[in-house]
Amino acid sequence: MRISPDQMIFWEYGFININLTIVTTWALMLLLGLGAWLITRNLKSEIKTSRWQNVLEMLVIMIRDQIKEVGLKKPEKYIGFIGTLFLFIAVSNLLTIVPWYEAPTGSLSTTAALAISVFIAVPVFGIAGGGLKGYLRSYLQPNFIMLPFNIISEISRTLALAVRLFGNIMSGGLIATVLISIVPFFFPMIMSALGLLTGMIQAYIFAILATVYIAAATQEEKEIEGSGD
Amino acid sequence: MEINWFTVIAQIVNFLILVWLLKRFLYKPVLDAIDARENKIAAQLEDAATKKAEAKKDQDLFRQKNEAFDKERVAKMNKVHEQIDSEKQRLLEEVRKESTVLRSKFEESLKQQEQEIVDRLKRKTKDAVFEIARKTLSDLADVSLEQQVVTVFIEKIRNLDGAAKTKFMDALKDNEGSITIKSVFYLSDSSKQELEKAMEKITEKQNDFRYELEPELVSGIKIETASYQLSWTIDSYLEALKKESIITKEKENAID
Repeated sequence: MRISPDQMIFWEYGFININLTIVTTWALMLLLGLGAWLITRNLKSEIKTSRWQNVLEMLVIMIRDQIKEVGLKKPEKYIGFIGTLFLFIAVSNLLTIVPWYEAPTGSLSTTAALAISVFIAVPVFGIAGGGLKGYLRSYLQPNFIMLPFNIISEISRTLALAVRLFGNIMSGGLIATVLISIVPFFFPMIMSALGLLTGMIQAYIFAILATVYIAAATQEEKEIEGSGD
Repeated sequence: MEINWFTVIAQIVNFLILVWLLKRFLYKPVLDAIDARENKIAAQLEDAATKKAEAKKDQDLFRQKNEAFDKERVAKMNKVHEQIDSEKQRLLEEVRKESTVLRSKFEESLKQQEQEIVDRLKRKTKDAVFEIARKTLSDLADVSLEQQVVTVFIEKIRNLDGAAKTKFMDALKDNEGSITIKSVFYLSDSSKQELEKAMEKITEKQNDFRYELEPELVSGIKIETASYQLSWTIDSYLEALKKESIITKEKENAID
């Protein structure tokens, strides 16, 4: 029984291997990029717009407002990173309704990659927002005794982020597989619907946690602690 | 359950590429479009506000102008009315004056006409009376009217009494004997003699007589000295007739 799509390898040369996770991600990238390009290549700034444009605008505005709500004053700066995080996870989870599709988020490698991206992005945005000194000072809050705890917290929350997403998606797929072997009819469908819901929630949580971490790093006056879900 | 580190690296790269792709094709154009629309709407709203303000200003201006125009119109109308009134008054006054003048003229001419008619009537009546009297006298007594007039006149002279006689006598005395006798007709010699005889009898002296024709005297005779004149004409009777006719006319007017 295959747990991770990483195990299905198409091509291998030493350290380099092209597995199902990477291929599926490419397909998703193609889908998202092409879709966005198709819709946005003739955008209008009139009062009347096309339906697709309305959908995209709704989506983008929703993401932007969410980021703003968490406390980032200039959402346009972060929307590229956080929005893509959300869209990638959401789309990759939603597509599980497609038969024989295996979500790349069900691979620990992908979730780890995303978590590492957040782990790197937090200090990058922090330094970009408040300077190197300001960022480093945030580790000494409320005083220098807290420095090791702050570092541990930084690492552990990244790990938690990765494992949480992986566990949820992988378990969804796993439960469906197990249930199909036990109760072949009807029940797997409900589980699969549930899987869609948890997939969406995970996308939202992942994105919102990333936002909270970045907000915490960029604005010291805001005492937002990402203490998990 | 293991982490394939190559996959991790590949996924990080993939994710970064996706970030760039979506930034390039999704967020930027959509946000730009939204911003553009917002700007456009803001601009339109601002434009609308400006236009509204302008319209308000125009409206105010128009209203002001309208009010001014109305005021001016009313003022002009009042002025015109006043002018019309004064002009009317003036014209009426003129007409009144003219009518007064015309009426007085008319009245004058009416009076004149009346007078003329009366005069003519008088003359005609005199003539008629004279004619009738002459005809009657000649028919009845075979005496000419002139003769009769002279006889009546002589009778009148003889019958002069009191103050009148003294006055007549004084006048004759003052006249140094020259007496003018005026008449409408030629007096016959016998009439003249009779007259002279009568005069002599009264004045008790010889008088110098002169005879003149006077058509104005209507069927009558008149003795004239420098300071006195004595006459008998049909006029006196006609005066009575005239008085009677005027009274009749006034009565008629009163009835009207």
